[in-house]
Amino acid sequence: MDVHVSALTKRYGDQVAVDRVDLDVRTGEVVGFLGPNGAGKTTTMKAICGLIVPDHGQITVGGTPVTKDPNSVRANIGYLPENNPLYEDMPVLDLLQFTARIQGVPESRVKDRVGAMVKECGLEQEKHKIVGELSKGYRQRVGLAQAMVHDPQVLILDEPTTGLDPNQIVEIRELIRSLGQSKTVILSTHILPEVEATCDRILIIDRGRIVANGTPKALRDQARGKALFQARILASDPQQVLLTLNSSEKFSSARILDDDQCRYELTLKTTEDPGTLLFHLCQQHGWVLSEAIPRGHRLEDVFRDLTMSN
Amino acid sequence: MHKIWYIAGKDLASFFDSLIAYILLVVFLGLSGFFTWWYGTDVFMRGQADLSAFFNIAYWTLFFFIPALTMRSLAEERRSGTLELLLTKAVSEWQVVAGKFLATLVLITIALAASLPYYFTIIRIGEVDHGAIWCGYLALMLMSSAYAGIGIFASSLTGNQIVAFLVALLIGSVFHLVLQIMAPNFTGMVGAVLDQLSTSVHFDSMSRGVIDSRDVLYFLSLTFVGLVLAEMNLSERGVRGR
Repeated sequence: MDVHVSALTKRYGDQVAVDRVDLDVRTGEVVGFLGPNGAGKTTTMKAICGLIVPDHGQITVGGTPVTKDPNSVRANIGYLPENNPLYEDMPVLDLLQFTARIQGVPESRVKDRVGAMVKECGLEQEKHKIVGELSKGYRQRVGLAQAMVHDPQVLILDEPTTGLDPNQIVEIRELIRSLGQSKTVILSTHILPEVEATCDRILIIDRGRIVANGTPKALRDQARGKALFQARILASDPQQVLLTLNSSEKFSSARILDDDQCRYELTLKTTEDPGTLLFHLCQQHGWVLSEAIPRGHRLEDVFRDLTMSN
Repeated sequence: MHKIWYIAGKDLASFFDSLIAYILLVVFLGLSGFFTWWYGTDVFMRGQADLSAFFNIAYWTLFFFIPALTMRSLAEERRSGTLELLLTKAVSEWQVVAGKFLATLVLITIALAASLPYYFTIIRIGEVDHGAIWCGYLALMLMSSAYAGIGIFASSLTGNQIVAFLVALLIGSVFHLVLQIMAPNFTGMVGAVLDQLSTSVHFDSMSRGVIDSRDVLYFLSLTFVGLVLAEMNLSERGVRGR
């Protein structure tokens, strides 16, 4: 079930929370929503769930506009809200059964679905406990279980791994990845390794606008243009190498990493193969090229570049 | 319709789990029993085999109790964020409001049913006008539903239960008390309208055993307006403000 958002705009008073956001997520895709706090991630997700009414723009889930038939759209969406609000005084099983029923799961299947969720989310030990007594990690699992109990086609997870320990994070990521094979998953986070680990595509949102959209790899390449390289060049005069590199039109912002080891960090201006370029350059000047390590771009840099500008 | 019952069931379970239900039952029966059988213008003092003593005291105890029951319904959901959870499920705002209303009404029905032994007692004491007593119960139910509507509307306004309680009491007291006091000070149309808007006029005639469709309609309209306003509050402002 595809999710399609076009020109979504939402204002709170004078403040524009979301500004003409376009978004397309297809079945079998895990999309990561990345952005600083207050960038508009939650607002966009709430709008897809039909929880807030946008000022402008259109949202369709599986071809049905959210505002036209919110109930049937919501029946296809599993939503894990930020901060994971739950009924604190309910036992885990009751909560899951209640959620399944109001989501329209047929009475004959309620038990099966709840049982499957308890198993899938690792709640077997805790299923008779009151939600308020659970640790944060288990609460988060209950939150995920209630979002998925009606087997929705679209999953919207607002910061799904907050409060989990590293093992649980890995488990949840695997769960999300496996769900992403057959379903449409939109998740938000500000943890960068998380999107790299789980998402097929990343959307970076800043001050209500989408500033980047692509695979983790494409985004890394896109930022500041080209690849980052580390090279070890043995020459009699390191400063001379630096000067030559910087004056070359193929490289930019070369700098010495350490004098003794003759290591340089350089950014390529072109899309040519950096190894070949370096080799020829060294050959010309009679230097020895002893290392050439592609560094790529770390996603943190991309993120900071895009959200810190202006 | 199923979904309304599921929501009502959840709320009823939470009434009983949190002891609110038991406290309500004990205090309601205690107070009404005390004033019906023991103190003031009780049954023995009146010397009549009817339950008007009970209806008069229940008229007041319910006025205070219902806001206490309804204050939690939507305010707590809003405060804890579960309203957001509920409204992103496949339920409409109306189903949420109706479920909350139904839970309150069921609890009040249980409380009133628990007072039926008074009825069985009074039957043994003397000649009883059965119609009048059932009519009185019906009046209590209708009044309760009107105040439950108002209470749920008040609860939809805020995330603070105390505020919800006070607002419900404030709106309730206008119908319960203020209009009735104001009415005699006006003549003609205004006076008649104010009179017709006050709960006590409709309640009194019903609890005396007269069923007038206008009285029934009055209580049902109050209920309906309260619930519709609550629903509008959920869909209009919903969780939008946050």
